[in-house]
Amino acid sequence: MKKLVKGNVALCEGAITAGLHAYFGYPITPQNEVPAYMSRKMVELGRVFIQGESEIASANMVLGAAVTGKRAMTSSSSPGMSLKQEALSYMAGMEIPALIVNVQRGGPGLGNISGAQSDYFQAVKGGGHGDYRLIVLAPNCAQEMYETAYDSFDLAEKYRTPVMILSDGIVGQMMEPVEFNRPEIKEFANKDWALTGCMQREPRSIKSLLMREGSLERHNIDLQEKYEIISKNEVQYESYLTDDAQIIITAFGIASRISKSAVKLARKNGIKAGLLRPKTLWPFPSKIISELAKPQTAFLCVELNHGQMVEDVRLAVNGKSRVEFLGKGGGGIINEIEILEKIKKLVK
Amino acid sequence: MKKILSRPESLKDNQMHYCPGCGHGIIHRLVAEAIDELGVREKTIAVAPVGCAVFAYDYFNFDTTEAPHGRPPAVATGIKRTNPDKFVFTYQGDGDISAIGMSETIHAANRGENITIIFVNNANYGMTGGQMAPTTLIGQVTETTPFGRDPKREGYPIHLCELLSSLTATTYLERVSIYNPKNIINAKRAIKKAFQYQIEGKGFSLIEVISNCPVDWGMTPLDSIKWVEEKFIEEFKLGLIKDKTEQI
Repeated sequence: MKKLVKGNVALCEGAITAGLHAYFGYPITPQNEVPAYMSRKMVELGRVFIQGESEIASANMVLGAAVTGKRAMTSSSSPGMSLKQEALSYMAGMEIPALIVNVQRGGPGLGNISGAQSDYFQAVKGGGHGDYRLIVLAPNCAQEMYETAYDSFDLAEKYRTPVMILSDGIVGQMMEPVEFNRPEIKEFANKDWALTGCMQREPRSIKSLLMREGSLERHNIDLQEKYEIISKNEVQYESYLTDDAQIIITAFGIASRISKSAVKLARKNGIKAGLLRPKTLWPFPSKIISELAKPQTAFLCVELNHGQMVEDVRLAVNGKSRVEFLGKGGGGIINEIEILEKIKKLVK
Repeated sequence: MKKILSRPESLKDNQMHYCPGCGHGIIHRLVAEAIDELGVREKTIAVAPVGCAVFAYDYFNFDTTEAPHGRPPAVATGIKRTNPDKFVFTYQGDGDISAIGMSETIHAANRGENITIIFVNNANYGMTGGQMAPTTLIGQVTETTPFGRDPKREGYPIHLCELLSSLTATTYLERVSIYNPKNIINAKRAIKKAFQYQIEGKGFSLIEVISNCPVDWGMTPLDSIKWVEEKFIEEFKLGLIKDKTEQI
């Protein structure tokens, strides 16, 4: 049976069903449904909820819980996500699995509280200091908020790396029917790296500080090898009517929903349009985009920002097709008619 | 022959990186002895700071994690809340705890987290070469107060124990030192008492240990000890600041 809930609530349910032990967060719009829901539900379940004194503290509480092998998460929106970058860089370096959610709003600075997609660079290119990657997932509806949150912990633990869900204020706050169809996880695999007290074993220490000559260089090589494996195994995308398409829209999150409507409109107008939607923003579906790139095909990247993912599309296309961009920033929302007009111009 | 004294099990047999005459070695040993005596080594998860004690995990013989600069109280909160059966303490310096991490410190204390903080106050940032810390004394010359700390420009030394004592949730706060054997014995008593309180679930404790930093102070170890006795503890008075369990 489906239930009508906001994307943010669906996200909470996904994480809780996946056995979330602890949530740490801080108020910021448009993600306030998350701490509000967690403050009730986690406490009722006898699990940990703390409203931290800051985004920084909340992210570091996640680090603390997760370093012991527990499933922990935090959520925020764009300005708050900037503050969490410190802990994210540490967790990447310390190889700690955890879930971090960004329900994006308009920026830069305090920006506004409308949904936006302008934190793409921050999410996929690092954000914090150092040579690291996050696995970045981009759900585009409430159902996927639920499923993505549920799956993210297994993914994070499989690779011992933080996972980010890059959502936005629209997906987060829109109410949609959700099928809560995943089994509850109650048993967790033993983690041979976690800090649990050194009972009947040698003490462990988890750190990112590696001062011995060559040791940090080695650690970075190991991280890159891990990222290489993730890139091979974990790419997810949705391909919609791309086989015969002369115009392929690339879009993620809420922009992909609007783009899909535009593709349908274009088809009604006799234009062979298609949609390639990355569900993982990192690793990026470069291979399929590269395969789709042909001289007679044009790409149109649609984003609620001023052109961020389009750079990765261009890298994947590598000059084989024309790549155009259509977007709005600062909380502006593009509609399917605007996209259709752009498509018409491109096929001319 | 009977062995009457040895290295605590909680301390690894590693050579420490601390400067000659520095107090950290003594404080590490006191912490290790207290943990051995309380029998909690195998359920300890410690949080190392950024600062001189950043390599604490190379010396302590139990599970330890790193934390970003100033965040140990938040990291410890995450550990303890999800593992209430574990023994959790942080080991932090004055810059870590009362400058960049002041917010994390105050709020962990205000939530009454059932953790222990060992706070080593040596009146400067030791690891980075002796810059001014919030605890630097008025007139004290550091790398970043070459003319001496001027309260008009840099304010006054922060007394963290007194600051935290106003919070209802804090349980036990005491300032001790390690500049002579009598004070070392007293510091051990306070550290063990704070640890015992955590084991009994009594809430937030912080032991401030006034220590010396001869190299960054530009003194011989003996002169640095004299400075602790004559100047440092004049500003930072030793003694019990708060013990809520005694008030009840």
